[in-house]
Amino acid sequence: MSLNIVVLAKQVPDTRNVGKDAMTPEGTVNRAALPAIFNPEDLNALEQALRLKEQNPGSTVSILTMGPPRATEVIREGLYRGADCGYLLTDRAFAGADTLATSYALSMAIKKIGKVDIVIGGRQAIDGDTAQVGPQVAQKLDLNQVTYVEEVLSCADGKITVRRHIDGGIETVEAPLPIVLTVNGSADPCRPRNAKLVMKYKRAMAPMEMPENLPYADEYKRKPYLTVTQWGAADVDADLNQCGLAGSPTKVKAVQNIVFKAKESKRLGSSDSEVEGLVQELLASHTIG
Amino acid sequence: MANNYTDHPELRFELNHPLMKRIVELKERNFRDKDSFDYAPVDFDDAMDSYDRVLDIVGEIGATTIADNAEGVDLEGPHHVGDRVEYASGTKRNLDAMVKAGMNGMTMPRKYDGLNFPITPYTMCAEIVAATDAGFGNIWSLQDCIETLYEFGNEDQHSRFIPRVCAGETMSMDLTEPDAGSDLQSVMLKATYSEEEGCWLLNGVKRFITNGDADIHLVLARSEEGTTDGRGLSMFIYDKRQGGVNVRRIENKLGIHGSPTCELVYKNAHAELCGERKLGLIKYVMALMNGARLGIAAQSVGISQGAYNEGLAYAKDRQQFGKAIINFPAVYDMLALMKAKLDAGRALLYQCARYVDIYKALDDIARERKLDADERKEQKLYAKLADSLTPLAKGMNSEYANQNTYDGIQILGGSGFMMDYPIQRYYRDARITSIYEGTTQLQVVAAIRYVTNGSYLAQMRDFEAQPCSAEMEPLKARVKAMADKFEACTAHVKDAKDQEMHDICARHLVEMAADCIMLHLLIYNASQAPELFAKSARVYANFAESEIEKHNNFIMNMTPDQLADYRQDVPAEDAE
Repeated sequence: MSLNIVVLAKQVPDTRNVGKDAMTPEGTVNRAALPAIFNPEDLNALEQALRLKEQNPGSTVSILTMGPPRATEVIREGLYRGADCGYLLTDRAFAGADTLATSYALSMAIKKIGKVDIVIGGRQAIDGDTAQVGPQVAQKLDLNQVTYVEEVLSCADGKITVRRHIDGGIETVEAPLPIVLTVNGSADPCRPRNAKLVMKYKRAMAPMEMPENLPYADEYKRKPYLTVTQWGAADVDADLNQCGLAGSPTKVKAVQNIVFKAKESKRLGSSDSEVEGLVQELLASHTIG
Repeated sequence: MANNYTDHPELRFELNHPLMKRIVELKERNFRDKDSFDYAPVDFDDAMDSYDRVLDIVGEIGATTIADNAEGVDLEGPHHVGDRVEYASGTKRNLDAMVKAGMNGMTMPRKYDGLNFPITPYTMCAEIVAATDAGFGNIWSLQDCIETLYEFGNEDQHSRFIPRVCAGETMSMDLTEPDAGSDLQSVMLKATYSEEEGCWLLNGVKRFITNGDADIHLVLARSEEGTTDGRGLSMFIYDKRQGGVNVRRIENKLGIHGSPTCELVYKNAHAELCGERKLGLIKYVMALMNGARLGIAAQSVGISQGAYNEGLAYAKDRQQFGKAIINFPAVYDMLALMKAKLDAGRALLYQCARYVDIYKALDDIARERKLDADERKEQKLYAKLADSLTPLAKGMNSEYANQNTYDGIQILGGSGFMMDYPIQRYYRDARITSIYEGTTQLQVVAAIRYVTNGSYLAQMRDFEAQPCSAEMEPLKARVKAMADKFEACTAHVKDAKDQEMHDICARHLVEMAADCIMLHLLIYNASQAPELFAKSARVYANFAESEIEKHNNFIMNMTPDQLADYRQDVPAEDAE
């Protein structure tokens, strides 16, 4: 059966290679100092989507991303790996969105895309680490959701079977479509960029990215796939009060550097009773368990 | 993120050589594919941009997937299961990544699903892959056998086999036999035409076949009954789907563990003729070997790069006597020389690749239409230049790979001798490069004619006439003096009129030529991009000058009457 699959992808600062200038003096992320990359777990999700497409001929994989015009780069990266098209959700009204406003905007865009069988994204983004957007999108679209997915095992007759990570092991679950899935970083890595697709899509751009004297302008007339679909708040019929800063109840009160000091450490002996005591203490403080 | 391409800007410099303009023009023929293939370039800049982007992909796969799997592949190696080869698990992952990235059949025309890439960027990919796993490099690079099938096979064979290679099926060239190694004229594998089956049947044994369980084989076999020399040999295509070739054993080797080296048994294996009968060795294998030699040169440069990277990283990190060892002259001397040999060898490799590109593209055009007089002249010129540089590029780079990995271990000291660091793998992998696809001694045999016919000297004199930066002028004067010595040595050997003396001096003469040509190429590179090459050019000049002096002393002091001191006494019963 052919599936309509939407991959949620985010462009994030590469927080895995943090240098000393990664934070501004004000305590916010210094985006200029960090390279912008495809959120790693979203790449794991893309791989699962591309495999579903291979197993179900006629399926489409589209990349949906919200961000400034340069976020189109993640759409291109998706196209280079086998996605069919992309949607850039970009508008000043979306700026400053927390997870609630982000999931609202994404869910409005998914409604606009139309009948979708599978929405799939990474478990969380490395800049916020909230793991909230996937589940909130499911809630807003009133769809089933399976989180912490390791692998999609099969998809047939309107049902999908996935292996998911749980505490202390894995479980295999079956669920009806349509569905929202979030994928773990421990799932198989995404395939590399494909040479022919890179050559085909290397000039793909969203209208807002295009300079005034667009190089190879004729190519865009001949090849409609080089123009990436770009939507603002009005295009997806979004309520401005639920978008961006206006729609974001989360407020960052303060950001502080945590420096561990020796006085907070504890020295333990190696006896079982002392280790057991520590475990009880950590359970009591909900640090673990 | 680490990337074997962008981390080494010397590669991008080589890609952007002015000759690429002509190469792209010949390869793309007015960009005629632009309306029929969505990935075809529309102009020169577009084509160059595509090469650069594709190299970036291979660079990333090289530095991630292939690098991650390299140690495991080296330890696990391929498995002999039944009569077949099963690759090491990491090799399978490497192949899967390269196939998904679309890096197969790169040089083939688009109508067969290829990328229509010139040899030059393809060769860069081979270098990049070998820089992290030389053994995997073999399996992947054997795709260039398809060049020979494309050049000499018929259209029906093109349409059946080329798309399969572009889709990721692997190849092998089955030449060597137990009694036919360097001397391929002795090949005995028997090919008989069966009227009943309507095809050729192959029977016999091949040995030391790299990737011997490949999907598509090119096989050298004796088709003319009663013959004993090269004129009785033809080239065949064996398709594994036909069956009839089994793997009897996989060799246990010093290096390139990931690459399965097989003994093959042919039992009535169905095969088809490629090209014409009797031209197997004298024409097709020569073409095949030229391509393969360029591939080994690229593999060698990759290994040199890998060894340099390992040595450099360790020398920066390792502290002794209160400082990083890279600060000691004895250590940085080794690193500087490694880098100089790497840069010089790479410059030679890509100069050769560009020459190959021009004549092969013209050959390909000649299959469509008659070349005009100028084009024929151009074809001949570049074919000759390519043929002269191929044995130098293979011979010198494989020797440098051995020297560089040796020095690499030396920099790591005791740690380098332990199996814990990758440098020992590079050292073991390097060893085969100066042996297979023709030993260094056979590269000298191929190259010496260009010493005696004046071709190398003419190339040097041409370079001397080219402008260079003011900074490089002093080197230009020195390399000219080196060429004069080479010229005098050549005359000395010729004047002796003694074949054996000629043969014993050959390696010295060929190395002199290579040293001069590589220094010229570095002078050119350093004039364009001093930040990348000026140091290497000067270091290489010092090294090459002393090499020239060494060879000069050997040759000028050599007389035919000394040969007796070199000859090994052979007991009468062993003598022929």
